[in-house]
Amino acid sequence: MTVILGQTFTGISIGAVLLLIALGLSLTFGQMNVINMAHGEFIMAGAYTTYVLQKSISSAGISLLVALPVAFLVSGALGALLEWLLIRRLYLRPLDTLLVTWGVSLMLQQLARDIFGAPNVQTRAPDWLTGNITVIGGDDPLTFANSRLFILGLAVAAVVALSLTLRLTPLGRRIRAVVQNRDLAEVSGISTSTVDRTAFFIGSGLAGVAGVALTLVGPIGPTMGTNVIIDAFLVIVVGGIGQLKGTVIVAFVLGVLQSVLEYSTTVSVAKVLVLVAIVAFLQWRPQGLYTLRTRSLV
Amino acid sequence: MSSGSRSSRVPRRGFLAVGAALTAVVTLSACGAKTDAAGSSSDKAAKIDVSGDTVKVGLLNSLSGTMAISEVTVRDSLKLAIDEINASGGVLGKKIKPISEDGASDWPTFAEKAQKLIKEDGVAATFGCWTSASRKAVKPVFEKNKSLLFYPVQYEGLEQSPYIFYTGATTNQQIVPALDYLKSKGLKKLYLVGSDYVFPRTANKEIKAYAKANGMTILGEDYAPLGSTEFSTIANKVKASKADAVFNTLNGDSNVAFFKEYKSAGLTAKSMPVVSVSIAEEEVKSIGTQYLAGQLTAWNYYQTTAGAANAKFVKAYKAKYGQDKPTSDPMEAAYTSVYLWKAMVEKAKSFDPEKVKAASDGITFDAPEGKVTVDGASQHVYKTARIGEIGTDGQIKEVWNSGKPVKPDPFLKGYSWASGLS
Repeated sequence: MTVILGQTFTGISIGAVLLLIALGLSLTFGQMNVINMAHGEFIMAGAYTTYVLQKSISSAGISLLVALPVAFLVSGALGALLEWLLIRRLYLRPLDTLLVTWGVSLMLQQLARDIFGAPNVQTRAPDWLTGNITVIGGDDPLTFANSRLFILGLAVAAVVALSLTLRLTPLGRRIRAVVQNRDLAEVSGISTSTVDRTAFFIGSGLAGVAGVALTLVGPIGPTMGTNVIIDAFLVIVVGGIGQLKGTVIVAFVLGVLQSVLEYSTTVSVAKVLVLVAIVAFLQWRPQGLYTLRTRSLV
Repeated sequence: MSSGSRSSRVPRRGFLAVGAALTAVVTLSACGAKTDAAGSSSDKAAKIDVSGDTVKVGLLNSLSGTMAISEVTVRDSLKLAIDEINASGGVLGKKIKPISEDGASDWPTFAEKAQKLIKEDGVAATFGCWTSASRKAVKPVFEKNKSLLFYPVQYEGLEQSPYIFYTGATTNQQIVPALDYLKSKGLKKLYLVGSDYVFPRTANKEIKAYAKANGMTILGEDYAPLGSTEFSTIANKVKASKADAVFNTLNGDSNVAFFKEYKSAGLTAKSMPVVSVSIAEEEVKSIGTQYLAGQLTAWNYYQTTAGAANAKFVKAYKAKYGQDKPTSDPMEAAYTSVYLWKAMVEKAKSFDPEKVKAASDGITFDAPEGKVTVDGASQHVYKTARIGEIGTDGQIKEVWNSGKPVKPDPFLKGYSWASGLS
């Protein structure tokens, strides 16, 4: 029993990581049809931000908490810069954004290598995140790792914040209007280019937050973004492009599926089975779990 | 900006096609690299460039990627040995000129760079490689070109190449002593965790054969892709198995993620010790002693190993690279390998690989780990086995050693339980 509960928790925590890395992408991909291959490098930027802050702030706990907003701003600024420099020129050619942002991702990796050196680096987790809490005691205790609970909390907070922003704020209404019908939004007086840049800022900023979370799990390196970008795209394509609800559900389903399969088989077999499941699912629902209903003419 | 097609959906078919094309390009270029390196049909020995007053040697290490955490220090250590030899007059009157190449934790790249060092640079010998996968990738290149590789890292054994000198431990100098140690401590139920490639899979095959013959039980066996950082499920499985100890053959910085998760799962060196064969002082430093204190390692050398030769080595290394830089087993084996090559060349009075090989048997060096001797027949080295415990200061304290250098037995011919292995 504790094994099942423990594995479910592990699955949910893997799902939380997936959700964090896919959340920002879901905004940029869904909002602007930009296939942003550099999203992984924005995650990396968030992770390195954590590393730099830990170098200058001695307390691991404070540096981690400071890193969350700072990483959001750093990655968000990088994203807005990328949008302004390149992507806004390519809105008519969505597939070109794939190649261009892929090139940018390679450049950012090399930049990280030049600044921080090629070997991966690590951060210290604060003491309150290295332990675990016992949920069920006894001979066969069920424990939840503090760092995983923290990441889960972070993912939930990010989803709630993003969802409230989209639902309740004027900016959110403008974003939704642009997604539904860009032309009509534009003639109604919404500056779509400003909305695009702001959405890109938020989406990239969320990648930075994901980067902070990843420092609690593993090492920080120039290629860490490439390791997660495919998973992020999988979550979004299966969830339905531009669908926050789909992204959330699919992230957790894939996390639990991965962890259950991994427990009963091996890491590699589990990965293959998850991919097979995804391919089968997309045969059945090519548009993903949820479909965006737009009011646009095409 | 007209927005008709701007707001249209991304055509999935087009997206997939581009993806497929990219995959194809990457695959093709990887295959191309392989044929270039291994398939070139020159059977003539490589030409060694000894014009001028220098002799070139190749340093082939991963300076980027998941293995850089370990291999950069090996490169640094090789350079230290070369500097020392140059300062004392060089080899056969020639100064050594190192050419450093980055294998980038990528096996086809290793083969490509090996080919470049031999063919374009005309190196007299190459020092480097860490993972068995990289060694297997370059092996045909060195054999085809009849050029020498000095390989400084412990490995899984069951291999012998006429053009490779193995200066790290083979199985019977590291893994078997580690198992003997666990057995002597009554730790008989093991869980095996490793990276998914040559070394861990072969090592675990040997461990299973040993366990069968020695009344030990293997409760589980798990592999994670090299560079993987998701270990929560493996930690849960290890915990649920209630094993006495974990035998860890993970490589590179997967260890960071594994030990973080291990501690998060509530497992400790007391409740379930982990014996690692690929974590040395440098890795301890970057993983963090809060995750590693009390855990066991098996090597032939620690920074704390007693002796004048080691004191000199540690002092010289720190003077060159910084007081906070630790020394480790693969670094020591790499450092030693340059001196062994020098001694072979001087005995052969030639840089010619065939003559150097012929001169290798019985070459000794007063290494930081103690005296090492080359076994000409297997091209391995006699080494002392050592088990250590990681301390809270990041140093590894020896808790057991074999007393004298152990004769290398890469094919485990001296062990009846190993007869079925190949």
